[in-house]
Amino acid sequence: MTNHWIDLKNSDCILIMGSNAAENHPISFKWVTEAQRNGAKVINVDPRFTRTSSKADIYAPLRSGTDIAFLGGMIKYILDNKLIGEEYVLNYTNAAFLVNKDFSFNDGLFSGWDSKIKKYDRVTWTFQLDEKGALLRDLTLKDSQCVINLLKKHYDRYDLKLVSKITGTTEADLLEVYKTYAATGANNKAGTIMYAMGWTQHTVGVQNIRTMSIIQLLLGNMGIAGGGVNALRGESNVQGSTDQALLFNIWPGYIPAPSGKMAKLDDLLKRRAQSKDPLSLNWWQNEPKYIVSLLKSFFGDKASAENEFGYPWMPKLDEGKPYSWLDIFDEMFKGSIKGFFAWGMNPACSGSNAGKVRKALANLEWMVNVNLFDNETGSFWHGPEMIPENVATEVFMLPACVSVEKEGSISNSGRWMQWRYAGPKPLGNSLPDGDIIMELGLKLKELYKESGVFPDPILNLKWDYMTDHKFDPHKVAKQINGFFVKDVKVGDQEFKMGSQVPSFAFLQNDGSTSCGNWIYSGSYTDKGNMAARKKQEDAPNKIGLYPEFAWAWPVNRRIIYNRASVDPKGQPYDEKRWVIQWKDGKWIGDVPDGPAPPLIGADGQPDPKAKHPFIMTVHGFGQIFGPGLLDGPFPEHYEPMECPVEKNFMSSQFTSPTAAVYGTSADTFATCDPRFPYVGTTYRVSEHWQTGLLTRPQPWLMELAPQMFVEMSEELGALKGIKNGERVKVSSARGSLECTAVVTKRFKPMKIAGTVVHQVGMPYNYGWRWPASGKEESANLLTPSAGDPNTRIPETKAFMVNVTKL
Amino acid sequence: MDVTRRDFIKITGATAAGLAVSGGHGFDLSPVRVHAQMLKTKYAKETTTICCYCAVGCGAIVHTSKKGDGRVINIEGDPDHVINRGALCSKGAALAGLVENENRLLNPMYRAPYATKWQEVTWEWAIDRIARRVKATRDASFTEANASGQTVNRTTAIASVGSAAMDNEECWIYQAMLRSLGLVYIEHQARI
Repeated sequence: MTNHWIDLKNSDCILIMGSNAAENHPISFKWVTEAQRNGAKVINVDPRFTRTSSKADIYAPLRSGTDIAFLGGMIKYILDNKLIGEEYVLNYTNAAFLVNKDFSFNDGLFSGWDSKIKKYDRVTWTFQLDEKGALLRDLTLKDSQCVINLLKKHYDRYDLKLVSKITGTTEADLLEVYKTYAATGANNKAGTIMYAMGWTQHTVGVQNIRTMSIIQLLLGNMGIAGGGVNALRGESNVQGSTDQALLFNIWPGYIPAPSGKMAKLDDLLKRRAQSKDPLSLNWWQNEPKYIVSLLKSFFGDKASAENEFGYPWMPKLDEGKPYSWLDIFDEMFKGSIKGFFAWGMNPACSGSNAGKVRKALANLEWMVNVNLFDNETGSFWHGPEMIPENVATEVFMLPACVSVEKEGSISNSGRWMQWRYAGPKPLGNSLPDGDIIMELGLKLKELYKESGVFPDPILNLKWDYMTDHKFDPHKVAKQINGFFVKDVKVGDQEFKMGSQVPSFAFLQNDGSTSCGNWIYSGSYTDKGNMAARKKQEDAPNKIGLYPEFAWAWPVNRRIIYNRASVDPKGQPYDEKRWVIQWKDGKWIGDVPDGPAPPLIGADGQPDPKAKHPFIMTVHGFGQIFGPGLLDGPFPEHYEPMECPVEKNFMSSQFTSPTAAVYGTSADTFATCDPRFPYVGTTYRVSEHWQTGLLTRPQPWLMELAPQMFVEMSEELGALKGIKNGERVKVSSARGSLECTAVVTKRFKPMKIAGTVVHQVGMPYNYGWRWPASGKEESANLLTPSAGDPNTRIPETKAFMVNVTKL
Repeated sequence: MDVTRRDFIKITGATAAGLAVSGGHGFDLSPVRVHAQMLKTKYAKETTTICCYCAVGCGAIVHTSKKGDGRVINIEGDPDHVINRGALCSKGAALAGLVENENRLLNPMYRAPYATKWQEVTWEWAIDRIARRVKATRDASFTEANASGQTVNRTTAIASVGSAAMDNEECWIYQAMLRSLGLVYIEHQARI
């Protein structure tokens, strides 16, 4: 989230699309309801009428997988009706930038497409520069290569009639949503988006979010209270685990993981693009300090300038090759992966195309599964269709303790790092994950001391995070924050060796600081554990920031890009719900995005010391034209890998040309196939969490939501002779399962290009291990292992199925 | 003065003690209500936690018995938490049922190749055996240079998924250990 949960109350219009917040993030509705009480409109767009819909002022159904068409229509509506926040768009976004003259878009493909390797060469997705290398901008917005004019041209095709034909949403519904949401383009109005996996789990997942980000920039909704782009994350610490880089492509703090191309540390330290604009802060220029401090945190005293701070010990990727979730199970299915840790995870149910995943697990030589309960992954070898006597995999199932039995921090969706305390001791012989990891690390060090291949990184890994032979989260939290490894003078401030770094502004690139994650610098300083704070007082602007309750990354900033909430003179666009303001020569309110003064000084002249507000981008502007993705600088509608229509009505390019697709015998698809005529989608119920691994073994919750089910319309029920409560079989090109039919008014047949299309939906919270009947199976047996080209998140929200009576 | 619930408990505790001595000075509160508060908290340690399910980050109060088995008596929403102000959803309200649950794994379990059953093992044995398997697989598959001759120092024969269910500090040491081993197949919930 660029903003945070409480901030929802500040909004005038909340669009809930791609999430079902009322059921899956129930307490968020405390603040959605508060906004409604203050007069806000809530809009819900969802294939199914959910409990979120029931609380919304406006509900519009759409066909699953057509969000870009829906939102692209909104971009057209905003531009056609001149509803953009003009000053904001001109000064804070790249709308006035001139795009390379060779950039083009033609019938579904952007310039640079190479059909042989199925990739774009992005050389034309760039901006025009003058002879000195500085950006060219046309502030009159007349040049046809201006980003805003290319945007207009791109979405000119997304008219109401065509969008309605693709999405199945009526023109009247589209118009009502567009009109209501676009009204937040006014300077003193705020609109926000609450999205979740309903947007990410598509082959166009990132572009779904990009489309909304463009809308938020056009309406001036980024950086303000009640605005922003807000991902409702689904796990208590999935924000933190992402920040700490349990992902192949990043190191802690979103430092892109290096490839073999970066042979020397110096290659890595010099990789960042520079801006010729003196007003661009281009924050990532500071990356070398964060990288060197991170290497120091890995290898401690063993990291020195002489050995490139241990950089050669770090593993490198192959340039451009993904090592993602889908790739792991593809390789495991093919047999190249021998050992596997499933730590606090249940891929046998959570992985798309779960049948492929389960077969892949049987190819392993060994697997370690750490969890609270026995589960479908650890016990895969005696699951459905498995013959234990034929499965060679050696399996270790280790008992972790529950969160209330240990101490440590987690980071919520609003980037708030919050400290938890130990209540009871771990039950039985269960252990905190931290102890299991420390013990395993110690044992590996012991073994490699004797012998082994390339032992240096293991032997030199700094591993002093225990107190009295137990994992000590405070020691790690302090390491993550960072400390001075010798006496250091920064500016006119002196710091003693061993003292905590006050914030990332003090990190160094010479090895004098050690910091495990620069964005968490400031969370555990010499003043104490900031995440443990509980102060009840709000900030003076009274918008619910609660600056001394817990701690938010970065630097306790509660609303990211808040420098865009003020006009070029530093005065808030919304006086009532101001986030920051320039007063008496300094910023007050939230922690600003940098201390630089406003663009325009008190004398009405541009201030040369000022900085553009979007400090994390190279040039300092919000990116309406986004050149960094693999599938295009503007979002474009493509059909899901499996869909009910024979063609893409927007262009000749049927599905996303860059979608991540795999080619094993388990990767089958059926589009426009009479065997699988209905659009299928997946979701969750309030009473279960994710694959249900933590909730299905709980009697109270199982009593509330005991069975796997498929929801369908009354019309489809009548068509198939299926009554509410009957057991049915749902099948796709990849697998099938039995479940209970819920015949409901919540789904309605849709008219897509003149044809009736039925949609059905299933929760993905079940699996054979619990309940004991062994019959309530995972919806992921049906979903495809194809995904978004940028993130490689699988397309589990739109696929084709059949439903038959048992 | 705003009295928070936790202050309220402290005050009512003090008042209850005062009642016995001086016969009811101070706060005008129903003795029944005071008694109900006492029952829950008198013999319990009180700690705060953040719900382990979705990422709203709701606060909860855990009461753990100071006597007997030292187990959880009750978990409820924390009224002083600024996000949820005491409210919890169906899952959060059932948190005690996650902790005090007879289905929990209590010992390391091991399944040998082709075996049809689990067997209980000790932590020492499990950690030793896992480390040896990791080492053998890593050492047999370790790649110093890729096909283009670039130094990569990695293994692609071991993969890890997880976990958003761990604390920040645990995630951090886990990724540090995996990267020191040379793993590049490091993924978790955020990818799916």
